[in-house]
Amino acid sequence: MVDEKMQECLARQAKQIRRHVIAMTQAAGSGHPGGSLSAAEIVSALFFAEMRIDPQNPAWPERDRFILSKGHAAPVLYAALAERGFFDVAELVNLRKTGHFLQGHPDMKKVPGVDMSTGSLGQGVSAAVGMALGLRLDGKDARVFALLGDGELQEGQVWEAAMAAGHYGLDNLTIFIDDNGLQIDGPVEQVMNCRPIEDKFRAFGWNVLTIDGHSLPAIMDALATAKATKGRPTCIVAQTVKGKGVSFMENQVGWHGNAPNAEQAATAMTELG
Amino acid sequence: MTKVATRDAYGQALAQLGAENKDIVVLDADLAKSTKTIDFAKVFPERFFDMGIAEQNLMGTAAGLAAVGKIPFASTFAMFAVGRAFEQVRNSIAYPKLNVKIAATHAGVTVGEDGGSHQTVEDIALMRAVPNMTVIVPSDGPETAAAVRWAATHQGPVYLRLGRLAVPVLHGDDYQFVPGKAETLRSGSDVTIIATGLMVSVALEAAEALAAKGIQATVLNMPTIKPIDRDAIVAAVAATGCVVTAEEHSVIGGLGSAVAEVMVEAAPAPMVRVGLQDCFGESGKPAELLAKFGLTAERIAAAAQQVIARKG
Ligand SMILES: Cc1ncc(C[n+]2csc(CCOP(=O)(O)OP(=O)(O)O)c2C)c(N)n1
Ligand SMILES: [Mg+2]
Repeated sequence: MVDEKMQECLARQAKQIRRHVIAMTQAAGSGHPGGSLSAAEIVSALFFAEMRIDPQNPAWPERDRFILSKGHAAPVLYAALAERGFFDVAELVNLRKTGHFLQGHPDMKKVPGVDMSTGSLGQGVSAAVGMALGLRLDGKDARVFALLGDGELQEGQVWEAAMAAGHYGLDNLTIFIDDNGLQIDGPVEQVMNCRPIEDKFRAFGWNVLTIDGHSLPAIMDALATAKATKGRPTCIVAQTVKGKGVSFMENQVGWHGNAPNAEQAATAMTELG
Repeated sequence: MTKVATRDAYGQALAQLGAENKDIVVLDADLAKSTKTIDFAKVFPERFFDMGIAEQNLMGTAAGLAAVGKIPFASTFAMFAVGRAFEQVRNSIAYPKLNVKIAATHAGVTVGEDGGSHQTVEDIALMRAVPNMTVIVPSDGPETAAAVRWAATHQGPVYLRLGRLAVPVLHGDDYQFVPGKAETLRSGSDVTIIATGLMVSVALEAAEALAAKGIQATVLNMPTIKPIDRDAIVAAVAATGCVVTAEEHSVIGGLGSAVAEVMVEAAPAPMVRVGLQDCFGESGKPAELLAKFGLTAERIAAAAQQVIARKG
């Protein structure tokens, strides 16, 4: 169990991250708020509690790695990195602008703290497998985390990677599935049903946990279990609400890849508090 | 003349390099015996990863290994490395400029009996178009060994195009591969033949045949397709006034196109591209297929006479 002070801190960070997501996408006039808001607690727990990282030394070889396989949720990652001190928070509003480093999708060559360039769904998880293999080969105890979308699971490459991680028993690899139930064309179950997610990963030899993806104690407990699990990778299916925290965005397919205008952003900020 | 397949030279070079550099890791997709990565796997099993028949994950995993400091050589047939996993190569390897060496074997029609589904004739075009990618097509065993060795020291993605068929050994074991540089194998003032891969030895044969007719050809081996040696092309055009290119690849997008791009901008002159004329390969014996698709000394010599006739 995490103590209350830590929980409060993580909740505060999650709220701050959500506020940045709204401000950034509004300033950019484009971007992906829905799938960023659903992952705020997961990212907060990773960057402010679980991961061994050093903002002063983003290329530190011993660091834990994070791969945003659902790269379109870049705003949630950039917000966490800025809040954690990897770069100036003031840069966030330059998201997606010509000549600025915060690319529309994560770019490891341009953004300090980004461990892998992503954006093409299904690819980040393979890179996570490669990192986990390489770190293990070097006898390093650094761990690898990745965050995938539930729609992303439709990509065949995800299952190639799942097979490989199970085959090689990569217990230094933990992935989250942001199970928000929505993709672009509609509910995942209607577009192309991929359930049951848990059974599929289990069948490939993974340790699988299903949690409330907005409960910080649940996330921290799951991460503790993942860390203690030896001989196989862990998949945490995090049940979430797309657009979480902004009432008019919650569970709305339309907020997958649309930015709020100034008025909508103001309403969202009031709601987020 | 001794013959060695470039894939065999690759396997042996890898096994040697593995002993010298502990960061080298090798990945394959269930074709280790064919790509010859088995030579490495036997000596360094802990640094060899068979990823199964899953080429997209093969490339992505290689990218991840590179991101934590390894030097991955990822191998499978060229058809699948470039075709099946094109976007993984583009987005997970080249875009972030990760240090992955894609060593793809069984390129071109000399795959033979397996037929057109397995004979990629468009891989050079695809890899050449990707930013950050270096494209190397060795002509023989020693050049392969030297190129593999260079690739391991180079920071950034490299595409090495290797073949199944045993081809004549043109270089000595002390051959030094110079990236981005053409190698002059023969000098003559009437025509320049620029060749890559197994067509280099065929080009030398053609030059012999031309010499017998009193035509003197310059023969350039062009192992690096990208970055292409502009200076060598411009100098050759200045010296001979016409060019024939020869490659075991489609004339669209490969060596011929790369040379033509330089000539159009810097040294316009008559030119003929010998290669596959916008068609797929098919089943057959390698030698028969080379003949069928015009990848022969006779065709190169005829093309040489055509371009010479077109000189002003
Ligand atoms: C290979 C690939 N195909 C298509 C897209 C376009 N795309 C971006 S986001 C998205 C939907 C993703 O849904 P999901 O994985 O559920 O993400 P989330 O709901 O968390 O936003 C699609 C199809 C892409 N980025 N990559
Ligand atoms: Mg979703």
